[in-house]
Amino acid sequence: MHLVYPAVLAALLFCTGLYGVLARRNAVLVLLSVELMLNAVNLNLVAFDVWLRDELHAGQALTLFTIAIAAAEIGIGLAIVLLVHRNRGTADIDRLRDLREDANDPDANAPRPAGGDAARGEKAEAAA
Amino acid sequence: MTTTTTAALVPLLPFLGAVGGLLAGRRAPGLVRPLAVLPTAVAAVLAVVVAWRQGGGAPLEAAARLTPTGSVPVDLALHLDGFAVLVAVLVGAVATCVQVYSTAYLRDDLRYPSYAALVSLFTSAMLLVVYSGDLMVLLVGWEVMGICSYFLVGHYWETEAARAASLKAFLVTKAGDVPFLIGVFALAADAGTFRIDGIVTTAASGGLAHPTLDALLLLAGVAGKSAQFPLHTWLPDAMAGPTPVSALIHAATMVAAGVYLVARLLPVLAASTAAMVVLAVMAAVTMVGSGLAALAQDDVKRVLAYSTVGQLGYMTGALAVGDRGAAVFHLLSHGAFKALLFLAAGVVIHAAGTNSLAATARAGGLARRAPDAYWTMTVALLALAAIPPFSGFFSKEAVLGAAEHAARGQADGIPCAAGWLVLAAGLATAVLTAGYATRLWLMAFRGRGPEAADHGREPRAMTAVLWLLLVPTLGLGLAAWKLPDWFDGHSLAPAATTSLLGTGCALAGALVVLTAWRRVHARAARTPMGAVAADPEAAPAVSEEEAIATHEAAYGSVAGAQDPADPGRLLLGPLHRHAAAGFHLDAVVRALVVRPVLGAARLARFLDREVVEGYVRGAGTAPGLLGAAVRRAQTGNTQTYLGVLFAGSAVLAVAAVLVASGA
Repeated sequence: MHLVYPAVLAALLFCTGLYGVLARRNAVLVLLSVELMLNAVNLNLVAFDVWLRDELHAGQALTLFTIAIAAAEIGIGLAIVLLVHRNRGTADIDRLRDLREDANDPDANAPRPAGGDAARGEKAEAAA
Repeated sequence: MTTTTTAALVPLLPFLGAVGGLLAGRRAPGLVRPLAVLPTAVAAVLAVVVAWRQGGGAPLEAAARLTPTGSVPVDLALHLDGFAVLVAVLVGAVATCVQVYSTAYLRDDLRYPSYAALVSLFTSAMLLVVYSGDLMVLLVGWEVMGICSYFLVGHYWETEAARAASLKAFLVTKAGDVPFLIGVFALAADAGTFRIDGIVTTAASGGLAHPTLDALLLLAGVAGKSAQFPLHTWLPDAMAGPTPVSALIHAATMVAAGVYLVARLLPVLAASTAAMVVLAVMAAVTMVGSGLAALAQDDVKRVLAYSTVGQLGYMTGALAVGDRGAAVFHLLSHGAFKALLFLAAGVVIHAAGTNSLAATARAGGLARRAPDAYWTMTVALLALAAIPPFSGFFSKEAVLGAAEHAARGQADGIPCAAGWLVLAAGLATAVLTAGYATRLWLMAFRGRGPEAADHGREPRAMTAVLWLLLVPTLGLGLAAWKLPDWFDGHSLAPAATTSLLGTGCALAGALVVLTAWRRVHARAARTPMGAVAADPEAAPAVSEEEAIATHEAAYGSVAGAQDPADPGRLLLGPLHRHAAAGFHLDAVVRALVVRPVLGAARLARFLDREVVEGYVRGAGTAPGLLGAAVRRAQTGNTQTYLGVLFAGSAVLAVAAVLVASGA
C-alpha cells in the first residue's frame, strides 16, 4: 500500500479534529476532537514505521504510549467536564469565560476598596 | 597634680557634665542642676589654678600622639601661654555664671536638661579651643561650638524667628568655616605640622608659600565666627535664643574664639601686609556700621548684639595693628561686662515683660522694681562706653593706643594707613558706642508711664550673678599694668592723648543722645505703643519667648519700631530706616547668594523631576500601555486562544519551510 493513503487519511482526520476543537461548543465534543487529532498522529506514526521498515519499531511503540496517555487524558478531561457541568449546569466552552480580562476595568488585578465585594459575590455565586 | 593634668581636666569636666546631664536628664531630674553647674564651676576653679601656676611665664607645651595620621601628624597638644590661661579663666567664669543664672531663668523649661547639657558641651568645646596647641584639635572644638550654637539659638523652636535664626547662624558661620578649613590645610601643608607653634615658627621664618592667600582664608573663618563684616548678620538674629545663651555664646566666648585664634596665629597674618590691611578695613567697617545699626534697634538684646559686633571690631582692629595684647585685654574686659549686660537685660526683659525699648520708654518704675539690674547695668554700660575708671576704658585705650602707635609708624611691618584707619574708626565708634549705651539706659530705665505687670522679686540666682560679674567690670582695668607680663610685653597702660580723645568722644556721644532724648521724650506719651507679655507665675524665659514671638506683630519688624520718641530716630534721620535693617546687608545677601542658590535648586529640581524622572517614568508607562493593548486579547474564550495558537504555528511552519527551501 502506498504511503499516500494513510497520510491523506491522517491529514483529513487531523483537520476534522482541528475544526472540532476550534469550532464545537460542547466540551465533550471538543475532547472527542482532540482524540481525533491524536489518532491522526498515531496513524502517521504507524504508517511511517512500516514505510521506513524500522528494525526497532519505534513508531509502533510510541503509538502505544500515545494511546495510553490519551486514555488517561480523556479520563481526567471527562471528569473535569462532568464537574463543570454539575457546577454550572452547562458544558459550553463559550460560556466558561471566568478568566477573561475585563476591558472596562484595567485595574482588575489591583486590590479594590469598593466594588470588589460585588464581583467576589458573583464569583462565589458562580462557584456554588 | 601637674599643671598639664589640671589643664587637661578643664575642658574634660564640662564635657563629662554634658554627657551625664544628657543621660540622667529624664531619669533623675534632681541631678540635672548639679550636673550642669558643678562641673563648670570646678572647671573654672581649675582654670584659675592653671593660670596661677602658669603665671605668665614661658609657654607650657604638652602633646600626646594617639595614632599616626598620615603625612601631617595630629597631636592632642596643649599650649598654655598667658593668652590661653587668662581666656580660659574668662570662659570658665562666664560659663559658671550663665549656668547658675539658667537654673532660675529656665526653671520650668521642659528642655532644660538638654539645654544645660548643650551649654556644658559648648563650654568644654570653647575651653578646648583655648587650650589646644594643634589646629586640628582646635577645629574640633570650633565646630562643636558651631553646632551647639545652632541648637541653643533654636531653643525656642516653637517660634518662627528662633528657627530661622538658628539656621542662619549655622549657615553663615559655615560659609566662613569652609575657607577656614582650606586655610588650615594650606598652612599645615607648608609647615608640615598642625601644631600652632610649628606653624608660627614657619611663618616667622618666611616658610609660607602663599602667606596672603592663607591669611585671607583664615580671616574668612574668623569673620564668620567673630561676626565681622560681611558675615556678621547672624549675630543680631541669634538674639532669638534665650538670654543666657546670648550672654555666653554671643558675647563672651564663641564670638571671641575668632579673635583669640587670630591672636594665636598673628605671625601668620603679619607675614602679609595685604591681609593686615584687609583686617583693618574689615574692623573699621564693622565698628562704624554696627554702631550706627545699634542706635536704631528697638530690641534690647539686638542693641547689645550690635554692640558686641562693634566691640569685636575693636579687637580685630587691635590685631590689624599688630597688638594682640590689647586685643585679648579688650576680649577679657568685654567678655565680663557684656556677659553682665546680657544677663541684666534678661532681668529687665522679665521685669518689664517686653524686649522692646519703645515699650520700656513708656513704662515707669523699672529701675525701682529691678534695682540689681539697674545698678549693674548702669556700671556695665559705663564700661561699654569706655568711661574711666571702668574696665572698658582701659582696654579700649589699649586698642586706641596701639592704633596710634601704628599710625605713627612705630609698629613693625604694619602700614601706617591701617593704623590711621583703625584709630579714626575707633574714635568714631567711641562716639557711637557711648550714644547707643546712653540711649539704651535712658529708654530702659528712664521711661515714664504706667508700670508694667509686676513679676515679683527676681530670682536670687539671677541677681547674685550680676553682682558677681560687676567685680571684673569695675576692677579689670587695673590689670592694664599687670597684663603685659602675661602677654607680649607691650605696655597696655592708657596714654594721655588717646585717653583724652577717647573719653571726649564718649562724653560727646552721650551728651548728644541725652539732648535728643530731652527733645523727643515728651512725644512718647502722645503715641502709645507697646505689647507686654506678663506671666507672673511662669519662669522668666517664658516672658522672653513671648516677647520675641510677638515683636514683629506688635512693632512691625524684628529689629526696629515706629517710635517717634526714640532719640536714635532723631539723630540718624533718614539713615534710621536703613540702620534698623542692618544696612540691608541681608537683602544684598539674599539677592547675591540666596536667590541664585534657590534658582539653582529649582533648576536641579526641574531637571530631576521632569527630565531624569521622565525617562524612568516612561520606562514604566510604555510596558503598561503595551500591556493594556495585549490584555484586550484575553477574552476568556479558550477556542479563540487555540485558534490564534494554530494560526501562529502555521505561520511559523510556513516560514520554516520557506527558510529551509532557501526561498
